[in-house]
Amino acid sequence: MIWETNIQTSTASKSLLHVLSSNKVAKDNLVLVSTGRSIYAVSSIDGVISWRKDFTLDDLEIKQVIQSPENDIVSVVGVAGSSKLALYQLNAKSGEIVKDAQESLPGGLCGETVLGSHDVLIALDQTRSAIFVIEFKGLSLSYNKVRVSNFVQDLSGTVKLLPLMSNGIIALQSSCTVYLLKLKGMDGLEVIHSFDRPAAVSDALAITEKDEAFAVVQHVGSQIEFIVKVTSDLSNEVIREKVDIDQHRGSVQKVFLNNYVRTDKSHGFRALIVMEDHSILLVQQGAVVWSREDGLASIVDVMASELPVEKEGVSVANVEHNLFEWLKGHMLKLKGTLMLASADELAAIQSLRLRSSEKNKMTRDHNGFRKLLIILTKAGKVMALHTGDGRIIWSNFLPFLRASKSGEISSALRIYQWQVPHHRVMRENPSILVVGRSGGDSVSPGVLSILDSYSGEELNSQRFDHSVAQIIPLILKDSSEQRLHLIVDSNSLAHLYPRSPDALKSFIHERSNLYFYSVDIQENAIRGYSLQKSCDLNLEDEYCFSTKELWSIVFPSDAERIAISETRKLNEVVHTQAKISADQDVMYKYVSKNLVFVATVSPKAAGEIGSAAPEEASLVAYLIDAVTGRILHRVTHHGAQGPVHAVVSENWVVYHYFNLRAHRFEIAVIEIYDQSRADNKDVMKLILGKHNLSAPITSYSRPDVTVKSQSYFFTHSVKAMAVTQTAKGITSKQLLIGTIGDQVLALDKRFLDPRRSLNPTQQEKEEGIIPLTDSLPIIPQSYVTHSLQVEALRGIVAIPAKLESTTLVFTYGVDLFYTRLAPSRTYDSLTDEFSYALLLITIAALVAALVVTWVWSEKKELRDKWR
Amino acid sequence: MEKGKGLARRWAVELHDASSSSSSFPDPPGFTRSAPEADDAATARQRKDSEVAWKGQKAWEVAQAPFKNLMMMGFMMWMAGSTVHLFSIGIVFSALFQPFNALRSVGKVFEPFKDPRVDTLAPKLLFIALNLAAMGLGVWKLNTLGLLPTNASDWVSSLSPAREVEYSGGGIPLI
Repeated sequence: MIWETNIQTSTASKSLLHVLSSNKVAKDNLVLVSTGRSIYAVSSIDGVISWRKDFTLDDLEIKQVIQSPENDIVSVVGVAGSSKLALYQLNAKSGEIVKDAQESLPGGLCGETVLGSHDVLIALDQTRSAIFVIEFKGLSLSYNKVRVSNFVQDLSGTVKLLPLMSNGIIALQSSCTVYLLKLKGMDGLEVIHSFDRPAAVSDALAITEKDEAFAVVQHVGSQIEFIVKVTSDLSNEVIREKVDIDQHRGSVQKVFLNNYVRTDKSHGFRALIVMEDHSILLVQQGAVVWSREDGLASIVDVMASELPVEKEGVSVANVEHNLFEWLKGHMLKLKGTLMLASADELAAIQSLRLRSSEKNKMTRDHNGFRKLLIILTKAGKVMALHTGDGRIIWSNFLPFLRASKSGEISSALRIYQWQVPHHRVMRENPSILVVGRSGGDSVSPGVLSILDSYSGEELNSQRFDHSVAQIIPLILKDSSEQRLHLIVDSNSLAHLYPRSPDALKSFIHERSNLYFYSVDIQENAIRGYSLQKSCDLNLEDEYCFSTKELWSIVFPSDAERIAISETRKLNEVVHTQAKISADQDVMYKYVSKNLVFVATVSPKAAGEIGSAAPEEASLVAYLIDAVTGRILHRVTHHGAQGPVHAVVSENWVVYHYFNLRAHRFEIAVIEIYDQSRADNKDVMKLILGKHNLSAPITSYSRPDVTVKSQSYFFTHSVKAMAVTQTAKGITSKQLLIGTIGDQVLALDKRFLDPRRSLNPTQQEKEEGIIPLTDSLPIIPQSYVTHSLQVEALRGIVAIPAKLESTTLVFTYGVDLFYTRLAPSRTYDSLTDEFSYALLLITIAALVAALVVTWVWSEKKELRDKWR
Repeated sequence: MEKGKGLARRWAVELHDASSSSSSFPDPPGFTRSAPEADDAATARQRKDSEVAWKGQKAWEVAQAPFKNLMMMGFMMWMAGSTVHLFSIGIVFSALFQPFNALRSVGKVFEPFKDPRVDTLAPKLLFIALNLAAMGLGVWKLNTLGLLPTNASDWVSSLSPAREVEYSGGGIPLI
């Protein structure tokens, strides 16, 4: 990268980029960036902002930047409010306003504008049924309003301008047709061509001085039709090709045209097609040349699933598809060993080896390293990636999440484990639950789909008659091992899934002990609810439960705003409730699934770092019991501000924030210990089992907790935070910190131990307590991602492997990264380098030596006897 | 025979029998064959008394033998230090097993001194006491090494967290 310039914008508005073209090659060209009512000129050589202009007109939004071909004058066209059009002419070198003009247009503007020619602007009016043709010659603005229905017959609904053509051709999209209009001076437009139900229309691409080509893609049955036309001659088609496309990619969303010159000097075209599932395809000469699953760049949720158990008695031919393939593979390998293989064949051998290598097998392994990562993308596609090499095992573009099928914008929300077969239903495949929403807003009804996690087939799908506000997976399971889920809608009614009498029975049995809480960021409050017997509204629906508010914590809005709420992962396993120090003292951890960490920041300091003075910024961390709403601990950090990232595990919370006084980021740790069990120290009682340590805990007993905390400086700002998870929870933990450099840093929890002190005693040193330092060390070797970067890192997921020492880490952003970590080294397995052969040889040699010496001694004894 | 065992096996024939010579040859003058028999009762008692005394003495000696062992063990333990490593573990285990084995074979140890007139109870008791002391020393060493579950921490370290009655799920609603 040569340079990067950040331009601070105050309001969220669409920004435009315009590169000033200049005839002088290799000169410092300016890049004009316009956003809202400001325009910046950035040098293309070093990225320095050479000038900046803020226009004084209120609510101005710059729509077009036009460079005049003759001189260094740049025209900036903006829309202010709903009806005012403003034109500014600037000196491109200095940014001074040369001239400006403003005009109010009757009927208002909807904001869509497009450049008809270099001095004609086309704008759509507020009702989207009329077009303004605005001409600006010099500084005079003249306009003409034309109703769309005047030149387009049988138009229904409203229209949209497509930023498509030049040459005086404008593309207009109505609900099902795209019209191409020709500009005829000031007074009118004429339809010259129309396309019925096109899937996508590309931007125009200049191929000669005056000719521009554009592409249109239409769906024809299971195929797509790809048409290229030239603007100068719309009646002819340059290309009309039919291309076969996978059905599971949905409909075409966008098309980008690209041309190349064939050997006979004619123009050939290729197109990049963006599909509904966010995959991209390159189409050329009637075929898909390559495709890419770019939906993987927008992951919404991830979970891990086990692979099938290896079945015995599966023949070789079955595994390798057919015998011929198998033979061919072996022939290739033979060629490889005899050094007869060509480069292509060597590559084939390599890929065969990779496919059949241990880590890429499609079966469960003993250590639990091989898993399926099930990924839900924003487009609504569910994909299963193999952890061995990241290949896609199956993908399913869920029909209910396709806008083309349901006709509304739907969104994929979450993915959960639905059924993990054990004893009784061992034969069945595990399944996953995908919850989505059919509609853009939070009150639109939800949908669920259950997929087989081995094959991706949809087993069941259901459309709710209620919305989805929260999904709460419960610990309960029904008789077919389906996990119970509570879905809370926007009216605070809880709905139980799966809808089976069996599930209902086990739920009713536990209902009085189940609660839920909701962190309302808008109202700045946390509320806890209990579940009532049945719905008030709908008595027939026995799977619906009304809720009753039990408690609420309302934060003062003028001093605190909720920044983050975090809980322990539901599947986290804690090995022990006791923490033992070097002097054999026992502390009992406060381990609770209902512990919620909430951090609030002062509203003044809610903006960016540096926007608030240290005196007016503060961060308050709360530990709340989600059943009773009791605040177990509260701590205020003065002069601290967000963004806050936190992770909760076992009995501790680690959170990251910015310290304004020290001008540095900080990481703080809070550990919570249960004081009410602290007197369980009599050895005799413990031996005889006369203690209350394994008695069930209720949140309604008076909690007596002690808290230890400490904070440290940390160099990086953080994008995501997670903690390693292991199968039994014995292995020590590491924090996984996604840094601003898009890397993942593994930091030992030992560095975040509130018992650290400046001079630890000998005993504490033996225990492994590190002397206290003001900042956390960043050891370059502890970067999990090594030298790689996970572009635009967003989330880190830790999955326990079957082997206790090992945890699987999946990091996602635009890139995906997967690795295996052993926070305390692999103490429970031999390393890969361990030579089993040497061990076997040694054993064999020893056995042989034993036999030989035994024979010798026997012989010698016999000889001695005969002497 | 004794000589030949070490070197080589040899056949030897003893042609003259000692018993036969006594009958064919007359006894030397002044030697009365019946004299030892006459003295028999007195000497036998005397010999028996000395044997009993000897047995008693030996029994006490055997009973006191573990004491030396104990002293040596103590010295070894002091040398081994209080950290857990191969040497100290070995010493502690030998210190535990030696007395244990000795205690198991108390009867066998005092077998040779079995005599209705020899009182082996006291030496036995001393032997047992000394061995127990040695074992105690071993246990004490085990404790100083921190290998005995005498602290509360040893009993709760693998105690899994208690089950929670209530469960509350939720969080920030999905937008």
